[in-house]
Amino acid sequence: MSTVVDPIEEFVNSDYKYGFITDVESESLPPGLNESVVRAISAKKNEPEWLLEWRLKAFRHWQTMAEPKWPNVHYPTIDFQKIVYYSAPKSNKDGPKSLDEVDPELLKTYAKLGIPLHERARLAGVAVDAVFDSVSVATTFKGKLAEKGIIFCSFSEAVREHPELVKKYLGTVVPYTDNYYAALNSAVFSDGSFCFIPKGVRCPMELSTYFRINAKNTGQFERTLIVAEAGAYVSYLEGCTAPMRDENQLHAAVVELLAMDDAEIKYSTVQNWYPGDKEGRGGIYNFVTKRGLAKGRNSKISWTQVETGSAITWKYPSCVLQGDNSVGEFYSVALTNNLQQADTGTKMIHIGKNTRSTIVSKGISAGRGQNSYRGLVKVMKSATHARNFSQCDSLLIGDQCGAHTFPYLEVKNTTARVEHEATTSKIGEDQIFYCQQRGLSRQDAVNMIVNGYCKEVFRQLPMEFAVEAQKLLGVNLEGSVG
Amino acid sequence: MNKNPILEIRNLQAGVEGRKILKGLDLTINAGEVHAIMGPNGSGKSTLAAVLSGKPGYEVLGGTATYFGKDLLDMDPEERAREGVFLAFQYPVEIPGVNSTYFLKAAVNEVRKHRGEEELDAIDFLKLVKERMKVLHLDESLLSRPVNEGFSGGEKKRNEIFQMALLEPKLAILDETDSGLDIDALRIVANGVNKLKHSDNAQLVITHYQRLLDYIVPDFVHVLLDGRIVKSGGKELALELEKDGYDPIIEQESNLVTA
Repeated sequence: MSTVVDPIEEFVNSDYKYGFITDVESESLPPGLNESVVRAISAKKNEPEWLLEWRLKAFRHWQTMAEPKWPNVHYPTIDFQKIVYYSAPKSNKDGPKSLDEVDPELLKTYAKLGIPLHERARLAGVAVDAVFDSVSVATTFKGKLAEKGIIFCSFSEAVREHPELVKKYLGTVVPYTDNYYAALNSAVFSDGSFCFIPKGVRCPMELSTYFRINAKNTGQFERTLIVAEAGAYVSYLEGCTAPMRDENQLHAAVVELLAMDDAEIKYSTVQNWYPGDKEGRGGIYNFVTKRGLAKGRNSKISWTQVETGSAITWKYPSCVLQGDNSVGEFYSVALTNNLQQADTGTKMIHIGKNTRSTIVSKGISAGRGQNSYRGLVKVMKSATHARNFSQCDSLLIGDQCGAHTFPYLEVKNTTARVEHEATTSKIGEDQIFYCQQRGLSRQDAVNMIVNGYCKEVFRQLPMEFAVEAQKLLGVNLEGSVG
Repeated sequence: MNKNPILEIRNLQAGVEGRKILKGLDLTINAGEVHAIMGPNGSGKSTLAAVLSGKPGYEVLGGTATYFGKDLLDMDPEERAREGVFLAFQYPVEIPGVNSTYFLKAAVNEVRKHRGEEELDAIDFLKLVKERMKVLHLDESLLSRPVNEGFSGGEKKRNEIFQMALLEPKLAILDETDSGLDIDALRIVANGVNKLKHSDNAQLVITHYQRLLDYIVPDFVHVLLDGRIVKSGGKELALELEKDGYDPIIEQESNLVTA
């Protein structure tokens, strides 16, 4: 009989496919963080005085804070003085006017990742705002969006072109005092995306950003702000991969969503940052603050995330349901393999009357991965007839991984209805054998079972993104099939 | 007519978790034949099915199994399946979340790919499914459900034979397919199996009771005892066993050993 390759081993042995480094000269600040670094970042971007002041306030506040220790993850203490807080592709100083002006090396990188920018953008009707390190290098479909009054640009550009909007909304959903990493981000954020959908406008295409971290020791501090005015609708996609690196890279992004009366924001993420090697070396630390404020009546905020990468993920996309009848949704697939750790979940804060929220979380642990769901459902006194449904499932592959669930409920209104369901299951050797006996390889069997398990979440993703997410999960489950 | 051997087992010895269960089993199955393996609990019937299909955890300790001239025991389980070895499971497992149609289409196309045939598209596949489903009296709604999830015992067994009808194996191994079936379901399942019998394939029916063999009539019946085939005969042997049980054979055997 031939040797049967263990699927668990296949999991553990699968290498990160996107580990390559683009050879682009970077212009970086020296490592370290103090007030002059904050000033230098602001100066490099020719920012107005008010923004510098805001950054400095955030920095001073950050200095008074302590790193949070409550997540169920373990890692060596981060030396914030060893991190580079600004780096930009040099050839891109003045910003490209079109794709032809984009550094071909960068375009090649995207192509390797399966993101052929021109074709993709045109065929799929996706406007791509690609963030390479810290500066946006390409923006497409701008004209088409502008006709409708939609603003979709890099954060820096928004600061230059629409300072009044940025000033009005920046920090209104996630104030710089919110938490340690949000404060850090507010002080040193380099770039990101800005999106504004005016009253009554339905954004005619999916908006999309691809993130990538590519310079050694570069902390990546993205800032995204999406505002949907009354009756507006937008679907926003965020996806990212990173090249292989030895040292841990810190990523502390902030995403703020704001939905006014009858507005809807759908935010989808596929995250595949370098998770570290089999021994747990390298890999991205992903400490992100994502929050949506459903401010208006009948507004809706929907988060969908597929998290397959990062050494450590610490992330709770949340909804503050302030407007009456507002709706919050959270659909999540989080995969941890090898020594990856994830502490992720959501917060649903019910403030308005008749607010509704849905949580569907699917955790997958393989190798020695540790996966924690942490969720808070909070119903305030004012939230009459609030409703929540939570479903938290865990799937284990092999016997060295772990799944943990930390659901918190705080209900202060007796008319509220809150439901929580949880399951834990394991991919059985007998299930894999059953598939094999019908002609499927072990790998295909594992992929099929995992995809079946995640279906509910994938269904929430826009079509081509769902296909990509499925592919990504396959890549991360891929091994040397014997 | 020349006999075309599909499977030739010689002196097969195998075990699980360090325990030797098959202790030198010989069996030849030719094209167009139906063989029944009978035996008391613990005689090695299910181990034989597991070893032939390549179930992980089972260890081959000696002997050979040649399938169409190739070394069967050297193949991965999926390779055996693609080469036409089909196991109808005694306990079909549930695979939550995986849609039955999707699963079956993937399986059928793996086999077709292996044979160098073109893969079926969704429309042709559904046509094939509808045609084969009628034979098993299966409700089409089962196909939109996850594999085996929430199926009744009878539905699971009928689903196994339905998969067999789709995959058209050369060697079908039916492991206690009759267990847990009422008489009507048994008749439907047996009828399905009989319709799939051709001159170029073979069936190995593993059963504890003679009952199934009223419907699937074997050409040969073998008695498996303590890991070896101790008696072979025609279909009348099954009736004998039904009447007298395994004891006379066991007694005969122990006399042989002590003699």
